[in-house]
Amino acid sequence: MNMLTEAGVEQQLADQGNTPAIKMRGKGVTVHYGDKQALFGVDLDVPEKQVTALIGPSGCGKSTFLRCLNRMNDTIPICRVGGDITLDGEDIYDPKIDVVELRARVGMVFQKPNPFPKSIYENIAYGPRIHGLTKNKAELDAVVESSLRKAALWDEVKDRLQEPGTGLSGGQQQRLCIARAIAVSPEVILMDEPCSALDPIATAKVEELIDELRQNYTIVIVTHSMQQAARVSQRTAMFHLGYLVEEGATDKMFTNPDDKRTQDYITGRFG
Amino acid sequence: MTDTTLSTGPASPDSLHTGDAAKARLRARYAAEARFKWLGAGAVALAGFFLLLLLSTIVTKALPAFHQNYVALEVDLSADKIDPADPGAANFLGLVHDGMAGEFPQVSGRQERRLLRGLVSTGAGVMLREAIEADPTMLGGTRRIAVPLDDFADLYLKGLLAKSGPSCRIAGVTVSGAGDEVAVGFPDDAILAMARGAGAVDGEDGGLRLTSGSQSLLLEIAGGTLKITELSTGEAGGAIGKATVLEPLASASDMPDDAMLRTIETAEANRKITDREIVWLDRLAGAGKIENRWNTLFFFTGASREPELAGIWGAVVGSALTMVVTLALSFPIGVAAAIYLEEFATKNRLTNLIEVNINNLAAVPSIVFGLLGLAVFLNWFSLPRSAPLVGGMVLALMTLPTIIIAARAALRAVPPSIREAALGIGASKVQTVFHHVLPLAMPGIMTGTIIGMAQALGETAPLLMIGMVAFIVDIPGGFTDAATVLPVQIFMWADFPEPAFQQKTSAAILILLGFLVIMNAIAVVLRKRFERRW
Ligand SMILES: Nc1ncnc2c1ncn2[C@@H]1O[C@H](COP(=O)(O)OP(=O)(O)OP(=O)(O)O)[C@@H](O)[C@H]1O
Ligand SMILES: [Mg+2]
Repeated sequence: MNMLTEAGVEQQLADQGNTPAIKMRGKGVTVHYGDKQALFGVDLDVPEKQVTALIGPSGCGKSTFLRCLNRMNDTIPICRVGGDITLDGEDIYDPKIDVVELRARVGMVFQKPNPFPKSIYENIAYGPRIHGLTKNKAELDAVVESSLRKAALWDEVKDRLQEPGTGLSGGQQQRLCIARAIAVSPEVILMDEPCSALDPIATAKVEELIDELRQNYTIVIVTHSMQQAARVSQRTAMFHLGYLVEEGATDKMFTNPDDKRTQDYITGRFG
Repeated sequence: MTDTTLSTGPASPDSLHTGDAAKARLRARYAAEARFKWLGAGAVALAGFFLLLLLSTIVTKALPAFHQNYVALEVDLSADKIDPADPGAANFLGLVHDGMAGEFPQVSGRQERRLLRGLVSTGAGVMLREAIEADPTMLGGTRRIAVPLDDFADLYLKGLLAKSGPSCRIAGVTVSGAGDEVAVGFPDDAILAMARGAGAVDGEDGGLRLTSGSQSLLLEIAGGTLKITELSTGEAGGAIGKATVLEPLASASDMPDDAMLRTIETAEANRKITDREIVWLDRLAGAGKIENRWNTLFFFTGASREPELAGIWGAVVGSALTMVVTLALSFPIGVAAAIYLEEFATKNRLTNLIEVNINNLAAVPSIVFGLLGLAVFLNWFSLPRSAPLVGGMVLALMTLPTIIIAARAALRAVPPSIREAALGIGASKVQTVFHHVLPLAMPGIMTGTIIGMAQALGETAPLLMIGMVAFIVDIPGGFTDAATVLPVQIFMWADFPEPAFQQKTSAAILILLGFLVIMNAIAVVLRKRFERRW
């Protein structure tokens, strides 16, 4: 028993190299939409260069928490956020923090693919251009190509970069959105159910992609698919009714959760 | 429950959707659909019919105004008429009148001369002077010069003043006597019946009298023209009568001659042109001296009290200047306000109040804006009266709510996912709006703008308040010159008593409609551009 546990820990360490640093940390995060409270004091750490999966039944506050991490909630007038959220130890809700810079560091991919109604090239080039990341056209071309390659889309679109991004298939559009997020070289990528509109093959491609992106980026992903959470994430956090029920290594969460609600949810007994 | 269903329902198991009752429901549905389709098609057809009716009446009424009749006269421009050293001092209109008199050397008497002179436009002198200024080589001899006819003469030649009746040939007509009144004799009394048909009244002496209230019977004989005034039975089944000489006969003899009898159905009292003028004009037309030209005067001159000289260009320029001001003010302000209210303003009492008031402003009668313009722009800011600048400002006030409402609707219609996408990769609020949201909303904004501008273009009432109804002859050269605009010009022309202004009114309406079509076409082209960029 003891041996087994140690072997498990060793295995985990081998997977991750050494103990990862904490990239983002939420402490006592509360969110109100008007009078209605959506999150009740969530404490959650997001380790660097790992995939953290947020799971839980519908309406439990996964998206709400995710959107706190790059302050997308700022766009909702009735939304108030409390508690502390830090990125590399800096409070992101500090008035000194520039939201634009924060969102460049913490990119987001949405549930529904939302490419700009512009060419594929323009979709990718927009971010680097507004942030002034490239000096000339050649550099920009290189960024576009490498982003599309990282998003495993290059081979499919390299001959039609000037065609509108909205003309791609749903799966391609979602990978385009991922490429668009990568193009500004963020440190963290937030994904809110990125595969919910995709077929199994496209889903597999995106999952593969997430696994690769883990080398360079910290990823937080919301998913309703337990298999997906198990496949792509290293850590899993379970939400319920606005509370963080439990969080831990994915292996442990799926084999031996501490909380009965997690067990029930994972085995499909509610949610 | 099951029993009743079985007993009342049709036999087959899937009866709910295939049974007789279901078929009846389906039929009723199709019938309703067909009815609606027919109603819709009928509504469209009715609207189309009225549009066609409107357009065709306007076009048919307007067409005559697009042409103007000119008379080609031999005008003496020799040195003893026009001093080559100082050509401007000459009496150009007098020269034109001399040319006219030259065409009809037999016309004598003050009144007749004046009548003859009245056939050419009073603007002919100015036009002659301008022609000579443009080309001084014309001087020093007799030239054939075409000058515009007076409006009534022009209208007559277009067939709009008097209706000509049938004409017939009569053999063996005798004319005796000399002077203004002559006696005529006809070999048979068929002429009497014709005169009766023409509305002749019984005279005291048992004869017939043709008054100014009856049709005119004109007798063309021996190179001249007579107007029959009295008729009575003559001897041997013939008829005799008296006639006024409108044009002297070349040979006044008692010998019987062939004559041409013309009737003019519109009584002289009911028309704005006398028989004499008609005869002169027909003579000129017969001699090929009348030229029907494309009416450049109408298109390229400003307003005038003389219908034949009145043009639309001043109003067109005034309208264009006014629209430029309106667009330059209302588009940026309206779009900026819409963007602010829709994308940046926090929703609170104040913005709610503003929103409600903007919506209310869109429903405020336009004349109220005119009063506002009068009170604020003219009385308070002391801006010039009747100026396109002020007109444009007033119309901009009127157009703003329309543009703001349309622009807000267009902005709201841009899917939020686009905003999230831009914000999510670190675009600022302003970048998000100007790079993504605004371009997507642009076609809608432009549609709203065009609707607003079209309204403004056709607006009369507020402009009356700020003095743009003034009679302005000069073509405005800038935003602060006194000017008038197309709808106001139409309004004024519709009010003028001269019949020639009726055609001008319709023609001006056509030009206003043309303006609108051009504006819409520009909007469509721009919209296509904006859509293609995506
Ligand atoms: N814009 C909003 N205004 C008001 N309430 C909101 C808003 N967005 C979310 N909520 C509320 O906050 C709670 C959490 O919503 P959230 O979108 O985070 O759920 P979720 O876990 O992402 O659900 P799902 O799995 O269905 O996406 C819900 O009760 C929801 O009704
Ligand atoms: Mg969600």
